[in-house]
Amino acid sequence: MTRHVVVIGAGPAGLAAAEHALRAGAEVTVLDQADAPGGQYHRMLPEVYEARNPQRIQHGWAAFSAQRRVLEHPRCKWWPGSTVWALDHAAADRPPRVHVLRGPADGASRQRLSLTPDALVLATGAHDRTLPFPGWQLPGVFTAGAAQALAKGERVAIGQRVLVAGTGPFLLPVAESLLGVGAEVVAVLEANTATTVRKGWSARPWRLVRHASKAGELIRYAGTLTRHRIPYRMGRAVIEARGDDRVREVVTARVNPDWSVVPGTEQTYQVDAVCVGHGFVPQPELAVAAGCVLDDGFVRVDDEQRTTVAGVFAAGEITGIGGAVAAAAEGAVAGRMAAGGEPDRNLRRARDHTREFARRLAAAHPIGAAWTGWLRPDTIVCRCEETTVAELREAASNPVQAGSHALKLGTRAGLGPCQGRMCGPAVAELCGGTEPHHRPIAQPIRLGELAQKETQDEHP
Amino acid sequence: MNLFARGSDPVGRTDSPIRITVDGEAVPGIAGQTVAGVLLASGRLSWRTTRSGAPRGVFCGIGSCFDCVVTVNGVPDVRACRRRAVDGDEVRTQTRQEDA
Repeated sequence: MTRHVVVIGAGPAGLAAAEHALRAGAEVTVLDQADAPGGQYHRMLPEVYEARNPQRIQHGWAAFSAQRRVLEHPRCKWWPGSTVWALDHAAADRPPRVHVLRGPADGASRQRLSLTPDALVLATGAHDRTLPFPGWQLPGVFTAGAAQALAKGERVAIGQRVLVAGTGPFLLPVAESLLGVGAEVVAVLEANTATTVRKGWSARPWRLVRHASKAGELIRYAGTLTRHRIPYRMGRAVIEARGDDRVREVVTARVNPDWSVVPGTEQTYQVDAVCVGHGFVPQPELAVAAGCVLDDGFVRVDDEQRTTVAGVFAAGEITGIGGAVAAAAEGAVAGRMAAGGEPDRNLRRARDHTREFARRLAAAHPIGAAWTGWLRPDTIVCRCEETTVAELREAASNPVQAGSHALKLGTRAGLGPCQGRMCGPAVAELCGGTEPHHRPIAQPIRLGELAQKETQDEHP
Repeated sequence: MNLFARGSDPVGRTDSPIRITVDGEAVPGIAGQTVAGVLLASGRLSWRTTRSGAPRGVFCGIGSCFDCVVTVNGVPDVRACRRRAVDGDEVRTQTRQEDA
């Protein structure tokens, strides 16, 4: 009997999983919250823009155009605009049922459906991590991903004079995208020092030969910055945003390798927007809902991308931050195995090679432990509930309120609409201990929709 | 905050104008933009207030932070960065301020 594989997420990992599951003979359903495939990496312009030259802003457009055609395969169903809000287990030896809402984002009358797959591939990706700093809640402070999504996905610039800061190679395409929509980029600041970055990337350089195309991409970005005379400064971080009702200026400072501020090196930039990204955090809500074991927030997988739950596979950024190439390589293995295919040495080897890149990325762009030195007692940590550093520290030092549950109830940190997605890691670092992921409802569903009768599972 | 001029845009796009209202005021946009994109391109940087009354707009831009939520056609808590604007949408700004 043909196996039915459900792939959640149509980014690089999910599309590769779909492609390889189809090759191995499965019927495949691909779901994504967005209305177009590609994920954050291949974010597309809306179809109604009728762009004649989308390749001008899309890296690897030809390859992506070819790959997205898997969604038109006769054995493939493509469900855009589909939010998976829950997974539930019918039997211990089978993957969970997938509960889906289809329709406009956060709408009130979306169609409620469920799928009963033979295997499930989770490819839900990551979002930006942005560490708190004084003033980060001001309008005009964005994540690097927001700047990218608005520029690449809609051709909207987040500001006219923009500072780009944080850590990691992602800052470079963000700066390029901002230039591409007419913004002035005043500088790009990499918080890690030149020594950290150099050591991280180029230990045993011969092992990086396979990633030469990535290096070429970075060199191209460097060229763009030079052409526009935009300074790229390493060992410098945004430590404060200032303004009353919106950001007016940002304070930057030189930082040591551990990101402690070097006193007296502060410099102020007048800007109308700043975008900051300190790497990425996985979006493991659905893996948690499926009952998968996580290690440091990432989904644990074996050599064939199996999670700890029967019939559930994971690929891409939820298993470790490695970029689009690594995500696709993992997706290929996951898709093939989910379809019941034989292990493929070549796919596994290709996947293993991408792990070298992920290791370098982590070594070259770590988060410096002394970032908490930027904080002041009144700095907001939980954006939703406006919980401050002082409130968190006080609650954490109170022996009566020990434990993360009591901490949440005492300070409301992590209890707002984002459910700790933005502040979770920061709260954990400030209060000690780790915050276990626990979100039974993976995405918000309206009570009216919950009360509605479910449309029958259309798959046999 | 600007929508990049169509004439200078190398992607060669076609703009189909739409119009939404924000707290009753007419705001032009183009089809395909998110509600957040229309609001930003109209010069609005913030449109929600928190418990303390502080202004918020877009932060994460991809649906994770819930800072940008608005009421669309009477339905509250819609993430403006994820919802495509549709011609005629009535958008209302929201507040979590307790005395509001």
